[in-house]
Amino acid sequence: MENLIVELSKYIIIILVTIYTLYCFTAFRGNDKKRKNRVFRAQSLIMYFIHFICYMLIFMDSNNIKVLILYLVEVVFFIGAHLLYRVIYRNLSRLVFNNMLMLLMFSFVMLTRLSFDQAVKQFTYAAVSMGICLFIPMIIDRFRFLDKFGWIYGGTGLLLLVIVKKFGTMNYGATNWIKIGSIAIQPSEFVKILFVFAIAALLSKSIEFKDIIKVTILAAAHVLVLVLERDLGGALIFFVTYLVMLFVATANPFYFIGGLLSGSFASVVAYRLFNHVRVRVMAWKNPWKLIDNQGYQVTQSLFAIGTGGWFGMGLGRGLPGDIPVVESDFIFSAISEELGGITALCIILICISCYIMFVNIAMKIKKRFYKYVALGLGTIYVFQVFLTIGGVTKFIPSTGVTLPLISAGGSSILSTIIIFGIIQGLYVHNQNEDVKNVRD
Amino acid sequence: MKDLDEKKIRKRKKEQKLNREEKSNREDKKMRKADNLEEGKEKKKRSTNREIIMTTYIFIGLFVGLIAYFSYFLIVESSDVINNTYNKRQDLLATRVVRGKILSNNYEVLAETKENEDGSSKRIYPYKDLFAHIVGRNSNGKTGIESLENFKLLTSNINPISKVMNELAGEKSIGDNIVTTLDLNLQKVAYNALGNHKGAVVVMDPSTGKILAMVSKPDYDPNTISVNWNTLVEDSENDSALINRATQGLYPPGSIFKIITTLEYLRENPKNYLKYRYNCVGKDNFNGMEINCYNSERHGEEDLLSSFANSCNTSYATIGNKLNLSKYRRLCEQFLFNSSLPTKLEYRKSSFVLDEDSSVQEVAQTAIGQGKTQISPFHAALIVSAIANSGTLMQPYVVDHIENYNGDMVKKYLPSTYDSLISANEAKVITRFMKEVVNSGTAEALKNNKYSVAGKTGSADHNSNLPAHAWFVGFASKGKKKVAVSVIVESVGTGSTYAVPIAKKLFDNYFD
Repeated sequence: MENLIVELSKYIIIILVTIYTLYCFTAFRGNDKKRKNRVFRAQSLIMYFIHFICYMLIFMDSNNIKVLILYLVEVVFFIGAHLLYRVIYRNLSRLVFNNMLMLLMFSFVMLTRLSFDQAVKQFTYAAVSMGICLFIPMIIDRFRFLDKFGWIYGGTGLLLLVIVKKFGTMNYGATNWIKIGSIAIQPSEFVKILFVFAIAALLSKSIEFKDIIKVTILAAAHVLVLVLERDLGGALIFFVTYLVMLFVATANPFYFIGGLLSGSFASVVAYRLFNHVRVRVMAWKNPWKLIDNQGYQVTQSLFAIGTGGWFGMGLGRGLPGDIPVVESDFIFSAISEELGGITALCIILICISCYIMFVNIAMKIKKRFYKYVALGLGTIYVFQVFLTIGGVTKFIPSTGVTLPLISAGGSSILSTIIIFGIIQGLYVHNQNEDVKNVRD
Repeated sequence: MKDLDEKKIRKRKKEQKLNREEKSNREDKKMRKADNLEEGKEKKKRSTNREIIMTTYIFIGLFVGLIAYFSYFLIVESSDVINNTYNKRQDLLATRVVRGKILSNNYEVLAETKENEDGSSKRIYPYKDLFAHIVGRNSNGKTGIESLENFKLLTSNINPISKVMNELAGEKSIGDNIVTTLDLNLQKVAYNALGNHKGAVVVMDPSTGKILAMVSKPDYDPNTISVNWNTLVEDSENDSALINRATQGLYPPGSIFKIITTLEYLRENPKNYLKYRYNCVGKDNFNGMEINCYNSERHGEEDLLSSFANSCNTSYATIGNKLNLSKYRRLCEQFLFNSSLPTKLEYRKSSFVLDEDSSVQEVAQTAIGQGKTQISPFHAALIVSAIANSGTLMQPYVVDHIENYNGDMVKKYLPSTYDSLISANEAKVITRFMKEVVNSGTAEALKNNKYSVAGKTGSADHNSNLPAHAWFVGFASKGKKKVAVSVIVESVGTGSTYAVPIAKKLFDNYFD
């Protein structure tokens, strides 16, 4: 009987996720407002339904009453989020909001399955983060001079990174953590946001050559400190985000091409210079040779994804615990193993759907500064998704970054929810301005 | 009064607001001016979105690549990846699939799983010890084909609907069957011919690379492996029955190595190898070390061909010292010494250690197949297979195809070329030499009028208190049909006496 339930629910989840994902890309077909609302409501329902099925399976396996309690608290949280956000972020992008809750839901489910304690922590971080983000629309409305402090954002961010470099602790080969009491914080997660604000502020003010040089030096300093911290994923994200923002602000393809060339050159130099870079490339080229050492992680991840196949082993029926750091960097492999390759592909598509919406929002925004902020944050998000999923599937060398909203980690989840909140806030703000303009 | 104040305040606020707006207007203008300077036109806003769209396409492109790769991995690569002994998940599959059968080339069952009513299952090997090493075992650490094809055996390629139905019903699906290239008759002949001796036999089809038989002795019964495990591991009689000697046993090659020494001499003296002369007096001195011919027999005046046919040690030790050692080593490495063999079976690498600094004594020993050189019987079979196939080594393989339990083809493995090890002409010349061994030399027992044989015997010394290991490697042909064998019998004596008769039985059976 239990087998029947596990197997049946496996297929039901796949069907539901697929429908959800299709809705992501068809919601805007036609201009029928009623239909749109229906679609978004359906998406919400699907999310609740999958959430229910997954927790039922986990409860069946563990018989732990705490799992039930966590489930109920999470349901309350989701409902609360729906109600509060609809009021405070009036006219928010419902697709992005649905996607955010959907991804969070997968995070909660997988973490509960992997480690109950982690799941409780993750839920707490997410709830607190969502609470903090309730203030974002107000901040955007009140503080209209956010674009005046470019150098302050940049300087603060850089200072934070340098402090981490000096006093930080090593974790999985990178010195990007800092301990305050018993809480470990990963400041680069927040510096990302400051960085985007800095670049957006500076580039929206002037794109004269000498100013661009100054901004580029600021960006390069960030990247350099991250490289020295051995946070390669972070360095790459900052670099690519800057490149995109610079290109969009100047519309000059030479900056883009020149940036890419110098980036490639820097990669070659880093490869020659740093052993840890070479190790990562080697573990990517042929992990099977290094299966006992540097290749262990990625081969375990490939075993998980491969054995799970398209349909997955069923929640609780795989061995994701064999993958090192499965809760954070390698959570995608765990999802693919147990919920199946189709679900994993759908999650990639949901992330892409978020990104497309971010870009869409950025294009609608009139104010240059806000436009660049939305674009920069969107770029950070999508590139991070690419790095982590590409890394765990061996499409690209592993860079050790988290999957936004899904991986365990307080700093990661708080910064990602803030990113989503800011973009939603800008979207709402922009619409309000439009309305005002029309009225005037 | 109060009203007035309020008015004033309101007015001031309005002014402030106006000021603010004016200021921001001014700034906008400034910005626009900058734009005008840069672009010359006021199309900035639209063009910014154009750049945004361009970068979006780039990222979408990255993801298209990622998704394509992910799908490719799941469809194509994953089955090889999962079938890795490091993957602990394979055991999970066994709870959902009835392990498939392993069959011979004539569909005789070499291994099958019987499901008991209580849900437990047992792997049965009808031929007991006969295929112990090559088919392998499924418990106590998988080996052989059971290990290589583990995932395929646990994959069920029945139609997806019945698979889902089975899953829902909690019933196991029936796994795919592995049809091997192994020939039951040849395996039996090899097994019986080895008798109670320790040793190994490999039989291959040189034109396809099919492994037809592979025997290693001593052996064990995989049906009772769990019961006998401790005895086998303790190995008090030093039998190493768990080891597949055919691929994992490393032996001194003895005189079969003269094949390679001859090839190197042919390479270095392509025109005048026929002029080679040596006068054998049964022994010779190499820098203070004496080398003897077998039983100190005097072979008298010899050319290269008779030196080879007689397996004359003193002549070959002399030849060895005439060779360019780095080229000699290169040829050996071309023949896959010191390197990986093209197989997924568990094996140990053969080794050849001479280089330019090696001493005269060491060279003399190595040239006749003693010294530090080591080779596995399987590797020796690959070398003669390549010679039999005009210098080209075919990729050896033991799985012919995979089919589902209904007999529908799932995957067919076709012969493929691994590499050309020597030229066709070199293969032709060395074949003539090897035929001379049968016509007038140490393998005369193989002379017959049904098929023709080319080969080389060897008697490899390994321990001064024990008789030599008996070797025979070679191939027989009849019309287009060819078969290559490699035989070693441990610590019994000469190749002529102990290994050649085994080869004869195999050839007779094959061409029967």
